[in-house]
Amino acid sequence: MSTKPKLYYFDGRGKMESIRWLLAAAGVEFEEEFLETRDQYEKLLQGGSLLFQQVPMVEIDGMRMVQTRAILSYIAAKYNLYGKDLKERALIDMYVGGTDDLMGFILMFPFLSVEDKEKQRALIVQKATSRYFPVYEKVLKDHGQDFLVGSSFSWADVHLLEAILMVEEKKSDVLSGFPQLQAFKARISSIPTIKKFLEPGSQRKPVPDDKYVETVRRVLRMYYDVKAN
Amino acid sequence: MSGKPKLHYFNGRGRMEPIRWLLAAAGVEFEESYLEKKEDLTKLQKDGSLLFQQVPMVEMDGMKLVQTRAIANYIATKYNLYGKDLKERALIDMYVEGMFDLNELLMAYGYQPADKKEQHFANMIDKATNRYFPVFEKVLKDHGKDFLVGNQLSRADVQLLEILLMAEEFKADILARFPLLQSFKARISNIPTIKKFLQPGSQRKPPVREEDVAKVIKIFY
Repeated sequence: MSTKPKLYYFDGRGKMESIRWLLAAAGVEFEEEFLETRDQYEKLLQGGSLLFQQVPMVEIDGMRMVQTRAILSYIAAKYNLYGKDLKERALIDMYVGGTDDLMGFILMFPFLSVEDKEKQRALIVQKATSRYFPVYEKVLKDHGQDFLVGSSFSWADVHLLEAILMVEEKKSDVLSGFPQLQAFKARISSIPTIKKFLEPGSQRKPVPDDKYVETVRRVLRMYYDVKAN
Repeated sequence: MSGKPKLHYFNGRGRMEPIRWLLAAAGVEFEESYLEKKEDLTKLQKDGSLLFQQVPMVEMDGMKLVQTRAIANYIATKYNLYGKDLKERALIDMYVEGMFDLNELLMAYGYQPADKKEQHFANMIDKATNRYFPVFEKVLKDHGKDFLVGNQLSRADVQLLEILLMAEEFKADILARFPLLQSFKARISNIPTIKKFLQPGSQRKPPVREEDVAKVIKIFY
C-alpha cells in the first residue's frame, strides 16, 4: 500500500466527491482506482476489501475505510479541520449535516427520469434557498468571521463551498439573495489548496452524465427506477 | 434550562432512539418534550430552536443540538464512549454508520404503504442477515474480546445492541446463525445502566404501531 490515500469509486462524483474535496483542501495528494466493470467490483468484494460490500472505500493509514461520514471524520480530525474542542466539533457536525442533507437531494439527480429531474431541480433550489442557505448566511452575518466555526478553516467551510457550487450548477444565480455566502464563496475558493482543486486538470469530477449513470448501474447491477425524494 | 439534557421529538423511536440509548448507557438522566401535533413542530420552528427546521433536537450544555449524528457524536465524546484515539474512532464510526444504515431500513418499515411492506421486510431481513450481522459477528470472532472496539464499552456496542433487539422484534430467530452476537447481546444487556434501560418504565420507546403512523405523518408532512 503506497503512503498516499487511495480512493476506490466510479470515475464520477457520487458519495466520493466530498472526500476528494476534503483531501484536496488539506493539501493531501491521493490516488484513485476507478470502478468500470462488474468484475472489478466483484474482485473487491471477494477480496474482503469492502466492509459492508459498498463503496466509497479509501485505503488510508493501513486501514480500508468505508462509510463516507467515517472517512470524512477521520480525514478532518487527522488534518486539523475539525475544530479545536468538543463544542466546535458539535457546530461543525451540525453544519456538515445540513450541507450533507442538501447535497443528498442532488446525489440521485442524474439517475432520475427527465420529468422527475425538473421537479427535483425545483426542490433542490427551494430547499437550498429556504432551509439551508439562510442558516449559513446568518451564521456568517452574526459572527462576522471569515470561517463558519471558530475563526478557523474547517471541514464545514469546505463542505459548504462544495454544496454552493453544486446548487449553482442547477441554478446559476441561486446566491443572489445571499451576500455573505457570495463573499464566502469567493474567499474560500481562493485558499491555495482549494483554488488548485478548482482548476482544470485537478481530480475534481465534472457534473455526472449519462455515461456515469450507465457505469454505476452496470457495476452495481442497480437497474431499478430511482425515485426522487 | 435545567441541568439535564432535554429531547424534543415525537413520543416514539424514529431517529431519536439511538440518542436515548446512548444517554441511558452513559447513565445520564434526560427529559423529553413530545411533539403531539403539527402546531408543536411549527412552534419550535418559529422560535428559532431548530437550525434546519427539523427534529431531533437536544438541548444540552447551553446548545440546541440538531442533526442526529452531531448529537450522538457529542454525547459519545463527552461521556467517553468514542474510543481512545483517532483509529478507534475510525472503527467505531465505520461500524456505527453501517448500523445507522440498517436502522433507517428497520425504522422505515412501519411507514411503508401496505403493498410495499412485504418487499421492504424481505429486503431489510436480507440486509441484516447477509450484510450487517456477519460483519459484527466476524469482528467479535477475530479479536475474541467483549466489546467491538478497543476492549472497552463504546457507542458501537450500545448501538449494536439496539439494532439486534430491533431486528429480533421483526424476526425472533434472526440471530440463529450468529452465536457471538447472541452472547454479545446477553453481555451488553447486563451492563447496569443498560439493564435499567431495558426494564419496563424506562424511557425506551416501543416500536411504532399502525395507529400511530398516521399521527406521525401529520406532524411532519
